Order: sequence, then structure tokens, then C-alpha cells
Amino acid sequence: MSGSGPAGLSERLRVRLPRLRVPRPAGFPWSAPTWPGSVPMPPPERHTGVDYDTEWSRRYGVRLARAVLVESLARPFVHAVVPPTVEGADRLEELEGPLVFAANHNSHLDTALFLSALPRRYRHRLVVAAAADYFFDNRWKAALSSFALAAVPIERTRISRRSADLPAELLADGWSVLIYPEGGRSPDGWAQPFQGGAAYLAIKTGAPIVPVHISGTDVALPRGARRLQPTRTTVTFGRAVLPEPGENARRVAARLEAEVAALADERRTDWWQARRRAASGDTPPLSGPEVGGWRRSWARPAPKGPLRVPEDRSAWARRNRY
Amino acid sequence: MSPRPGYVLEVDRSTPPILMWHGDSFRLERFPTGSRVVYPPEPLKPIEDPDAAIRHALENPVGDSAPLSALLRPGMRLTIAFDDVSLPLPPMRAPDLRQRVIEAVLDAAAAAGVDDVVLVAALALHRRMTEPELRHALGNRVYDAFAPHGLLTQHDAEDPENLVHLGLTDAGEDVEINKRAATSDLLVYVNINLVAMDGGHKSVATGLASYRSLRHHHNVRTMVHSRSFMDQEHSELHSANWRMGRLIAASGVKVFQIETTLNNDTFPDPFSFLSKREWEWSLRDRAGYLAASKSLERTPDRVRRSIFHSMRAPMGLTSVQAGEVEAVHAATTANVYRQQLVPVEGQTDVLTMGLPYICPYNVNSIMNPILVMCLGLGYFFNLYRGRPLVRPGGVLILSHPTPWAFDPVFHPSYIDFFEQVLAETTDPLEIEAKYEESFATDPWYVHLYRTGHAYHGVHPFYMWYWGAHALDHLGRVIIVGGDQAAVRRLGFKSASTLTDALEMAEDVVGRDPTITHIHNPPLFMADVT
Repeated sequence: MSGSGPAGLSERLRVRLPRLRVPRPAGFPWSAPTWPGSVPMPPPERHTGVDYDTEWSRRYGVRLARAVLVESLARPFVHAVVPPTVEGADRLEELEGPLVFAANHNSHLDTALFLSALPRRYRHRLVVAAAADYFFDNRWKAALSSFALAAVPIERTRISRRSADLPAELLADGWSVLIYPEGGRSPDGWAQPFQGGAAYLAIKTGAPIVPVHISGTDVALPRGARRLQPTRTTVTFGRAVLPEPGENARRVAARLEAEVAALADERRTDWWQARRRAASGDTPPLSGPEVGGWRRSWARPAPKGPLRVPEDRSAWARRNRY
Repeated sequence: MSPRPGYVLEVDRSTPPILMWHGDSFRLERFPTGSRVVYPPEPLKPIEDPDAAIRHALENPVGDSAPLSALLRPGMRLTIAFDDVSLPLPPMRAPDLRQRVIEAVLDAAAAAGVDDVVLVAALALHRRMTEPELRHALGNRVYDAFAPHGLLTQHDAEDPENLVHLGLTDAGEDVEINKRAATSDLLVYVNINLVAMDGGHKSVATGLASYRSLRHHHNVRTMVHSRSFMDQEHSELHSANWRMGRLIAASGVKVFQIETTLNNDTFPDPFSFLSKREWEWSLRDRAGYLAASKSLERTPDRVRRSIFHSMRAPMGLTSVQAGEVEAVHAATTANVYRQQLVPVEGQTDVLTMGLPYICPYNVNSIMNPILVMCLGLGYFFNLYRGRPLVRPGGVLILSHPTPWAFDPVFHPSYIDFFEQVLAETTDPLEIEAKYEESFATDPWYVHLYRTGHAYHGVHPFYMWYWGAHALDHLGRVIIVGGDQAAVRRLGFKSASTLTDALEMAEDVVGRDPTITHIHNPPLFMADVT
């Protein structure tokens, strides 16, 4: 009974579909070669982190674009939101050549604030030593950091040849360098111990280190904050520190930390008291009192005061508003 | 980063296809899992200032020799002999090392007030070099200063007026060399040592010798007992040349030997992928391979050949040493090994290799079937120390188009050898006994050798003897992609594909044989344990 059984039905229902030719993936050499299993794979070539090449960000066109950005956007923003009082800028006038600036570090605002406070002759020929693992961990962030901040990657967990050599080469090329010797933002407003990077750089290149104290940004945008609190800030430039012959990086770093601590003291009191305390070794340490918990926060110097009292947007405040 | 040493890859499923030369083209071939591929070392870093290194070597000789400047004096007869067009391969980028060295020697000669200077191309029984080849090797300054005055000569192994018989060695070998060289107050020999066999006493004892002298070591017995002729300790060819060289020295011929070694940076940038490990090919390498292989497929033979022969190797100088022959050669050999030696464990049942478009005897010419045999079974097979890479009775698979084609100007006697001799027999001993004498003394071949640019009449015999050790050792030779008639005439088997060839090999060595592939370029030497 041909044609009446299930087989016959399927014959009659068979639809002739066009045969689709699925293109086979082209093999080597049209595509990348596979790697033999017996050959150890070398670590992939890195283009991020300390290996990111920032040379492009120091070309004239990019520098011009960055200068426009800093002058027309960053400085007006800083002056509107965290207006700085700049002290000690006269100490920079007598210095010549590229400098190493070493500042305490509280906030992401520090660099923008510093650039706004820095005299013009240094402002547009300055690179910022930025943490390779944070600002250069992917290509987009690395490109943005290089462009906006003229950042160069440095390793904060160890001293590698590349991250030490590049700032030295740039200093030799006439660029000043901003380094945060703490290696990262303060977790609680008090400074962390200074590491030897800036001191090493000064010893290696002979460039003077200018201690810088920044205050107020720990209130405006402390670490972990999500909202910006407009406030007044201070940027204080200290006297240049020059490594003595034979002085090692650790000792220079200690001197540098003491100078920044004296600047912090100067901001809290006045120059004369700060100098007397520095001379007698009584300058309050940058790292704050060695106590725990709330007492460290309690001991922090009072900020200069907010530009305006922030609005309380909590549910309690909304209910009790009148 | 220092250059990586050679490497033996074990093929697995993720190994990409491996590059194989196929004459003046190349192929990518997949090898069975478990096969081995031997990769050469990466090029050594070249000497940054070769001219300074050469001057330093001339004034700081090794062995029992005074500095060159101390050997030169006014009124002396100075002869400078140099390696011919067969070295290096491919010809190197200008300035050639011979030019650098000879200019330095001539500077010293000029400073010492030497007037009687003659340059001799050490041809042995090779063809005479053409003017462009001489200009490339020596540079225009040297060529224009010497050639117009007849002071740039090419050794003529058939000119009785310009040969001198210096005596017999302890083994009864005639030593007959170039008269000008033998009667000079100082013979300076300028070598390019591409492989371990080059240089030493072979330079003068072979390069400036006559057929009467050469036949004592360019014969089947010597070749079969040179295992290999790249390994001095086990080379009868080496021993014979050393006996002759010592007799030459004892006869009062003062030789100041200059030897140079090169790194294996063989091909210029567009073709640099040839020397790379396939799994490391970049996008640029792959594009280069595809562009080159696809365009070469559509290129006529003659154009393709001229493209390849116009390539100049970017090789760099890795060492230069001068002074007493044996001391110089010991240092040279160490430097050659430093670049070329790759340790390989154990022999293999089947050895595969792709043969390139060039060998020492077809520069600017056709690679005829006899030269295919010589390159595969003579040169590449013998690039070992210790034991051959392939076991006794094993199979050698070559990849080359092996065209039935000859250059009638350069290789006239090859044509007759192929048509007449190989049609009768491929047995080296029988060939030597029955035919060598008639070809070697044929007046027409002698005439072409002396006046044209032809290899000597006996030269194709020597090419055949060059492979005698391999013929004696191997169970079968298979040529992939060759002209079937030409391959059959050589006495080998022909296969269309590598897969077919590997199947054919199983008939000789059994199922599931071990397979080893020699990856070239560049050249290397296997140190087989």
C-alpha cells in the first residue's frame, strides 16, 4: 500500500528546503594560530597598568586640549565648589627647573584643586603619578587619566624599574611631577605614612621636592563619599626639600613628611607657632593620634566651614520640615 | 631579551599547520599528533660595529701568528683569497662581509706599502663569478681598483701554468694549489663560515686546489665516512683537508686565516614569518604569508625565481677571528655551534624537510634535480652531530617541485649526468668508477669551466657523492610534489601530498612511525643524542 502508511505520508509532506551552506570557519593562516599544548604560554602582553604608554598624552595637541579643559572647566568648577586659599606660592618663585611636588592625599578632588592652585608656569607642564592598579586598570580609564590629568602610571605596592624610570625621564625632559607619597587616599582624614617614591626620584634626578599640604577636600569628598560637599579648602606650598649628599630615600621621605606635617600645623595655627613647634620636634604628626575608634575622628582639625549647610534629605527631616 | 635557543616541539591537536619550503614557494602542512618539529635557535645579537671588530681581529690574531700589520712589508707578494658566490646563502645585504674584511686588509697593506697585491676568488671547481656577483661580494671600491688591472682573478683549477704541486700527504694525496697563492709571501684567506664545515684548512686545500688534488677527498669513500662532514671529529673530509693543509703550511706557504660567522637572520622583513614559530605568527605574519603564497602561485616560474634570488639576507656578524688556521677555526666552530646547535633526543623513523629555492650551487640559477638531491641528502641530512636525525633504514621525505630543468650555462655537465649517467645507475660507487674520469677530463666541459660560467664537468658527480652517506643510511627517499619523471630518475619515490608520503613511508618503517620535521629556515644543526 504505497503512499497510505506513515512512511508514505512523510514522503508526501516532505518539503524540499534549499540546502543552506554554513560557512566553515577559515583555519590558520586566515585565522589566528592555535597554541600547542606542550608549549608554555607566555604571559599576555599588557597594555594597561604600569605598561600603559602615556607618551601620546604629552604631545602638543593633547597638551593644548588639556590646558583648555583645565582652564575652562576644572578651575572654574574648583573655584565654585571648593574655593582654595593658596598659601606659600611665593616659595615657588625662587625655584627653577622642574620640581617634584609631594602632597598629602585625601580625595579625588586633590589633583584638580592642586592644579587650580599651582602657578601657571608649572600648571601645564606637570604629570601626576597615579596608581597603575586604579587609574590604569583598563584602557578607557587609562586614556581618560592620561588625557585629563596627564597621569603616568606608578606601582604603589612595589618599586618597579619602569614606574621609577618614567617620572625620572620626564623630569629630565622638563616636566614637573606631582606625587602623593602616601600611595593612596586617606581612609579617615589622617595621613598615612609617606613612602619613598618622591624621595627616590629627587635623589635620582636632583630635582627639589616641594612639600604641599591640602586641606578641606577630606570634607568635600572624602574617600567612599558619594556626594560632593562644597567647602572651603587650603593649598599650602612649603619650602623645597633637597636631599643631602649620601642621604637615603627613607630619611628624605621622613623629612618630607615632617615638612608636610609642619604645613598642616601652620594651617591650624600660624607660621611662627608651627616653626617653633617644628624646631622643638613637637609638630603634631600627620598621621594623627595613636588612638582608636571615634577618638581619631574627634581629634581631626575643624574644617574651615562649608559654603552652605547641606540640606538634610532624610525621611525624618522631610517629616519634620516646617 | 636574549635570543631563544632551538626548540623541539611535540605536535598535539592544537598545533597549527607547520611551514614547509617547497622550492620557490612554501606550504603549511599538518603533522600527525606525536610528531616532533625541530625549530632553530633565534638569531644571535650581531656585533654592533663590525668594522671595528674586524680591525681588532686583524691586530689581535689567535694561535701562532703575528698581527697582520706585522706580516706586511714593502716589496712583498700578497695574495688575498676569498670565498666565492656559494656563500653565504642567500647572498647577504651589502656591504658583504668579504668587502668589509678585504677593505680592512687592503688598508693595512696600503699602510705597510705593499704594492704586489692580487685577489683570487677561491672557486675550486665552481663556476666563475659574474661581474655583478664580484661587485656585490667585494664592493665597487675594491672591484674598480683591482679588476681593470687584472689583479682580481678567479682560481682556475684547470690551468697548469697557474698550479703548483706541493707534494703528497702521508695518505698519498696530491696537494696541488693555485701558484700565485702558493708563491706569495703571505696568503690571506677571507672566509664566510655559514656552517661548521666551512673554513679551516679546507679553505685553501679545497678552494684553491685542482681536480687532481680534490679528487682525493671529493669521492664516495670519503663522503660515506664523514658522519657527518659538519662534525669535524667524525669527518673524513675534514681529516683529508687537514692533512693537506698541514702539508701546505709545511711547504712554506704562510696563511693568515680570517674567518667570520653570521647569525641566522636569513630573510628580510616581508618574509620574516618564514623563520618564526607558527603559533607565534602575528596578524602581519599571516597576511604576509597569504599575500606571498597566493601571489607566488600566480607568478611565472622565471619571475618567481628572480624574486627569490634577488632577496638579500639581513644576517649580522657574530664573530670574526684571524691568525693561524687551526686556532682560528676552533674559535669559528664554537661560534657556529653557538648559533646553530639544537639538542635533539633520539633518532626518528621518518625525517621530513622542505627544501628551499637555493643551495650553494644554484645562486642566480635553477635548482635542478641533482641539486635537490644534494641539498636534501647532502647538506640537510648531514646537519647533525652525533647521529643522524633519522635512524638507519629510515625514510627521508623531501618537499620540492624538483623540476626537470637545468641551467645550460651554469650546469652543462649536469644535463648529461642526469640524462646519461643516472639513466644507467644511481649507485655512487658505480657512477664514480665508470663515469667520473670521462666527465672530469672532457675538453668541452673544461673549456666551459675555464672560459664561461660553467661548473666543472665533474661537479655533478661530487653533488651525487655528497649524498652518498644518506643513500647508504636511508631505507627510502620520497619527494613530495616533485616532477614524477625527474624524481624517478633520481631513484626516489614520488608522492603528491605529505599524507601520501607518510603512508608510503610506513611500507618501509612499519605502522605508526616516529616522525621528525626539520623546520627551516634558518639553518640549524641537530645535536642528536
